[in-house]
Amino acid sequence: MQLFPCPFCGPRAETEFSFAAEAGKTRPEGDVPDLAWSRYLYSETNPRGPAREIWSHLTCGEFFLMERDTLTHVVKSSSSLRAAS
Amino acid sequence: MTRRYSAWSLFAEGLRGHVGWAPAWTSPKLKAHYDYVIVGGGGHGLATAYYLTKVHGAKSVAVIEKGWIGGGNTGRNTVTIRSNYFFPESVALYDFALRAYERLSAELNYNIMFSQRGIVTVAHSDAELEIQARLVNAMRLNGADAELLTRAQVLAKVPLLNVSDQARYPVFGGVWQGRAGVARHDAVAWSYARAASAAGADIVQNCEVKGFVVEGGACVGVETAQGTVHAGAVGLAVAGHSSVLASAAGFDLPVRSYALQAMVSEPVKPCLDTILLYPGTGTYLNQSDKGELVIGGGLDRMPSYAQRGNPPMQETIISGLLEMFPAFGQLKLLRQWAGVCDVTPDSSPLIGPSPLPGLYLNCGWGTGGFKAIPAGGYLLAHLLARGQHHEISRPFDLDRFRTGRLIDEAAGSGIPH
Repeated sequence: MQLFPCPFCGPRAETEFSFAAEAGKTRPEGDVPDLAWSRYLYSETNPRGPAREIWSHLTCGEFFLMERDTLTHVVKSSSSLRAAS
Repeated sequence: MTRRYSAWSLFAEGLRGHVGWAPAWTSPKLKAHYDYVIVGGGGHGLATAYYLTKVHGAKSVAVIEKGWIGGGNTGRNTVTIRSNYFFPESVALYDFALRAYERLSAELNYNIMFSQRGIVTVAHSDAELEIQARLVNAMRLNGADAELLTRAQVLAKVPLLNVSDQARYPVFGGVWQGRAGVARHDAVAWSYARAASAAGADIVQNCEVKGFVVEGGACVGVETAQGTVHAGAVGLAVAGHSSVLASAAGFDLPVRSYALQAMVSEPVKPCLDTILLYPGTGTYLNQSDKGELVIGGGLDRMPSYAQRGNPPMQETIISGLLEMFPAFGQLKLLRQWAGVCDVTPDSSPLIGPSPLPGLYLNCGWGTGGFKAIPAGGYLLAHLLARGQHHEISRPFDLDRFRTGRLIDEAAGSGIPH
């Protein structure tokens, strides 16, 4: 069992967390062409190695930013999305 | 040298101490130019090479593999082959593969040990049975075989199931697809490799493709660990690593990579002669010819390129197994492994031209690529040779994410993906 660091609750079991999305996507505004909209909805960089991801801690309900390696599963950092914005 | 496999050649070789067998495929040096280059030497890549030579008469084909052939997801699955899907597009695709598997041993002169022992998908309530009746009707309308089973019929096929009053997931009935089966995974990769090699395709192992040669906005070759190779057309069949190579080619895919784990128990006497899927626990299993129970479940719940399974999902799968079969409580596990699956938003594959002209995709099979190997290979070969879709692959083009014509099998057939 891996421990993930929730920025609000501290280290908790991985089963308490849910992956939400890749970080860094921005919703296109205004009159958006089909291709740009489908890229926003579906395309992923899906990196092999260091990744920036949005996760949710299901028990406290907060979403946060986690920097994680998708190959080694080592977590580098986690931080509140409020601090980032 | 003995090249053709038969009872007679086995007997004759036995008399001479088995010294006359020819290698099943050759290991030529990578050339500087091919008409067709296929990246990835799994089942899909090797099948593509075979169909390019057989159906399209291609003379100059290379399959370039980072590790050893069949060492990725082709060697990491639970070998189930079935076509119990909901949408007509999916049944056309997966039943094409199933029909090809039925002929494959004879066609390739290689015993892939395809055993059509059928699959039972259990329903745990009246409501689930209603949905299964809808799936059975859809499958039949689309030309695949399917049958609705009563509770008694399910228990006759799988007598060891937990039917006590305390069972968390009671058995109400199920769906039966009798033509579904299992095959020897290495034999599938090796039989295609042998047939492609015999027809003149070069199979180059231990050679990683690192990037693409782009001229005038089109892909005209690949950069490999053994130098640059120019090609008339390039096919990508790298499953869980599709995004890595797409990124090298300069585009993103609607694909996320997850680890899917499986495990086998110690060998036991015959006790399960079908494939069984329990939607309640998410656990599925079959018994191998050696007697091991081959057990699988859902994806690990985090994006991952690690070819190993996480303990929480392993615990879910095993606890599911014991809920289904209390009698297996004393079994020991022999080994556990995982493959990296390329999962799309609608659980259907991506087959078609990529955003980079000259480069064609065969990916997005998620957790179900093994069963589709003959179809994926046939359709990618068609794309490479003709530059356009076969009618079966057309609905699975990348453009469905722009047009919105998704083929959502996760919602349609209720099959875990």
